Amino acid sequence: MWSFSNIANLVHEVLAEHFNPAITLAIEMVIAGVSVIGLFAILGLVLVIMERKVSAWMQIRLGPNRVGPKGMLQSLADTLKLIVKEGMTPNGADKLLFNLAPFIAMIVAMLLMAPIAFAKDLQMWDLNIGILYVSALSSVTVISILMAGWSSNNKFSLLGAMRSGAQIVSYELSAGLSALAIVVLTGSLQISEIITSQANGWWIFKGHIPAIIAFVTFIIAVTAETNRAPFDLAEAESELTAGFHTEYSGMKFALFFLAEYVNVFIMCSIAATLFFGGWMPLHIGNWHKFNHVMDFIPSSIWFFGKTFFLIFVIMWFRWTFPRLRIDQLLDLEWKYLLPITMFNLLLVTAVAILGWHF
Amino acid sequence: MYRETEILTRANQSTAHESEDSGDLVINVGPQHPATHGVLHLVITLNGETIKNVEPHLGYIHRSIEKMCESLTYRQFIYVTSRMDYLSAHINNQACALCVEKGLQVEVPQRAQVIRVLMAELTRIASHELWWGAMAMDLGAFTPFFHAFRERETINDIMEETCGARLTMNYMVPGGVMMDIHPHFQQRVKDFIQLYRKKIHEYDELVTGNIIFQNRMKGVGILSAEDAISYGCSGPVARGSGASCDTRKYYPYDAYNKVQFDEVLETGGDSFARYLVRVREMQQSINIIEQLIDNIPEGDFQAKTKAVLKLPKGEFYQRAETARGELGVYIISEGGTTPYRIKFRSPGFSNLSVLGHIARGCKIGDLIAMMGTLDLVIPDIDR
Amino acid sequence: MFIKNYIKNIFSAVKSLLVGMKRTLYYFTHHKEIITQQYPDNRDTLILPERFKGEVVMPHNENNEHRCTGCTACELACPNGSIKVITKFDISPDGKKKKAIDKLVYHLELCTMCNLCVEACPSDAIKMAQTFEHSVYDRNQLTKTLNNPGSKIMDGVE
Ligand code: SF4
Ligand code: SF4
Repeated sequence: MWSFSNIANLVHEVLAEHFNPAITLAIEMVIAGVSVIGLFAILGLVLVIMERKVSAWMQIRLGPNRVGPKGMLQSLADTLKLIVKEGMTPNGADKLLFNLAPFIAMIVAMLLMAPIAFAKDLQMWDLNIGILYVSALSSVTVISILMAGWSSNNKFSLLGAMRSGAQIVSYELSAGLSALAIVVLTGSLQISEIITSQANGWWIFKGHIPAIIAFVTFIIAVTAETNRAPFDLAEAESELTAGFHTEYSGMKFALFFLAEYVNVFIMCSIAATLFFGGWMPLHIGNWHKFNHVMDFIPSSIWFFGKTFFLIFVIMWFRWTFPRLRIDQLLDLEWKYLLPITMFNLLLVTAVAILGWHF
Repeated sequence: MYRETEILTRANQSTAHESEDSGDLVINVGPQHPATHGVLHLVITLNGETIKNVEPHLGYIHRSIEKMCESLTYRQFIYVTSRMDYLSAHINNQACALCVEKGLQVEVPQRAQVIRVLMAELTRIASHELWWGAMAMDLGAFTPFFHAFRERETINDIMEETCGARLTMNYMVPGGVMMDIHPHFQQRVKDFIQLYRKKIHEYDELVTGNIIFQNRMKGVGILSAEDAISYGCSGPVARGSGASCDTRKYYPYDAYNKVQFDEVLETGGDSFARYLVRVREMQQSINIIEQLIDNIPEGDFQAKTKAVLKLPKGEFYQRAETARGELGVYIISEGGTTPYRIKFRSPGFSNLSVLGHIARGCKIGDLIAMMGTLDLVIPDIDR
Repeated sequence: MFIKNYIKNIFSAVKSLLVGMKRTLYYFTHHKEIITQQYPDNRDTLILPERFKGEVVMPHNENNEHRCTGCTACELACPNGSIKVITKFDISPDGKKKKAIDKLVYHLELCTMCNLCVEACPSDAIKMAQTFEHSVYDRNQLTKTLNNPGSKIMDGVE
């Protein structure tokens, strides 16, 4: 069957025929890098237009409808505008940090893409500590935000960065603990193993209530970690104008913007992997006929379908809820989410030990 | 101008000096800031995220309307007042027209009185509608803004049909209203009431009942009734604290003494109480409109007045309840065709003055929410 | 007791959030509720109410005649000085001098559309037009002469 592994093998064979192994490896790395950057750009464009359309329809508006068919090329036009805009550095800013911050945000987002399985056999780096890697790296984002806020020489930026620091550090906990619930059920941190363990049903169905609780807390924590409304205190345009990226313009601003969206994508794909089986089609126990029919839908469609559904949910949050206050945000984490996830982890462990899951 | 800059620099210097000593953070919110809804400048002293002091700086949109009015005739000066509190333009015009009528001692025809009340209440709903959307937007929820505008646009369309403009209508004239109502007016208003009744529960679903919203609003920015009175607050701000002050009840003007309505009072004094007052006030306005819309008396829409109005020598004062509170119009006449002196007592000014008092000790996010519940219209404050 | 309250709080909170989300989902899926008007695409179908105050105009009949007597009431009524009536003296056939307007200059850029001039005019010579796309590149274009060149006053209007 047509699959990414076949294509990859074909490319590898062709390259191996013509070059020696070292150069082959180098070329393959370049190909992988270029496709990540390509995916990055495409994701940015798609997610921005998606967000604008979702928000418009929820707000009984039409949304962008001028550039391209039904306005679908609007984000391309926006990108063009951002590229030609002057990227200014404010007076008194720490130039090095100021210019470095957006790149760090973007590099972190790119690195996070490595362990994600986009389809069957399409995974760049199936390292054995996949989930740990993701949760470790995703907290590096806060460094870029702190750098941006500190170096901008603007009090709004500073406040935004400080808020973001407090927020990401605390929500990291419940995100990690919720992910652990599935790790406990699977017994592995490796993404590919987590996915194959769901061959007879997704964890959200197999894991009873604890899995559902873990999913809900994970989504909330992820929304907070990626600085999305209702937890967008780092930006909070009605309070801090634009928070940590108040002083950014042009392409540097676009990088922050892009990194935010790609982070949302990555976090949603992790959630899809953990709870909805990643690229694994919907399989139900041993209904072999049903499972067989589901297998006809390509795995990449399953993966992107699930991920985009979760992204939609996060956008849905954003366009429905008001923003929390900083102390309420921390209250929510320390008084509600953390106890719940911890208790849930115990529950999951019990379920796993007693073998109550399917 | 010089004086103002001097004061500003001095304020900045003193605060900068302070901040060195105490580690306070001084930030300027405004004059261009998304949450000030206009050109208000707040100098905020922060300790971390907690507010130690708020100092509003005014004057960025001062157009000296009071001085301008002195050179306009009694017919002309009314249109300028639409530009003060542009969200309750009708009510501003109404207050001025009433004040001039008081001086002229003309009797306004019944029909005109009823039309005026109808317009004023529609304006009040439109104003609260916009406030509701903007308030939710201050708290970070964008969607309610557009939903509120759907209803507000309907009112604007009604206004456009009858008065010829959507925002600054200049429809009230001394002696009545400028034109008779449009033949479709009654039907359109009834349609609006139906739409409103159909949609109002969405407001509760989207905002009022929302747990995040309630937590943001309850218990913050508490203003006691005594403080509300001593700061001169009026309108929903004072009524949210339990201070009864509805001008429509205490000093009824036009047809207000012919209609039944409740003065909306909440005793919480916090942001949520002020929010509830406005939401419930919309309901009362709908009640008033429903009582009057089928009972518009026949007759003239304007009393016969002279072409050139001359107020007798003396002082005239008239109050009216705008969407923001009590508006006072004070005219001193020397007997000529133009006022000798005009003073407006604008509700926004006193309501803003309370901000520093209630915001102390709150978070920045709360300050924005409080400014939302005070429902500030900056041109009304600066005039 | 504490635990019971804690869990009850969580459930009521989640319920209130879900109610809001249901509302936005309703609008997300019901596109016929969209209220956007696609101006300027809908220019042809856009009808403004006949009372809409867009600009002061002076209607002329088919013989290029208007109703303005040059009484300057509108000029006096205008709070902004947007109207300037320039009068001249016509010699009527029977040799009498008669006051008439030479030009009625109207400054659209000063006008606030307050309708006071229309109200003041004793002979209904001016009215409000429903135009609203007033932007031009040169503000001199906003100074208009309301009476057509060569127009004269209608018979029977005093
Ligand atoms: S509409 Fe008002 S401002 Fe405009 S010309 Fe007439 S009187 Fe003057
Ligand atoms: S337009 Fe009317 S008010 Fe003005 S000068 Fe002519 S007749 Fe007089």
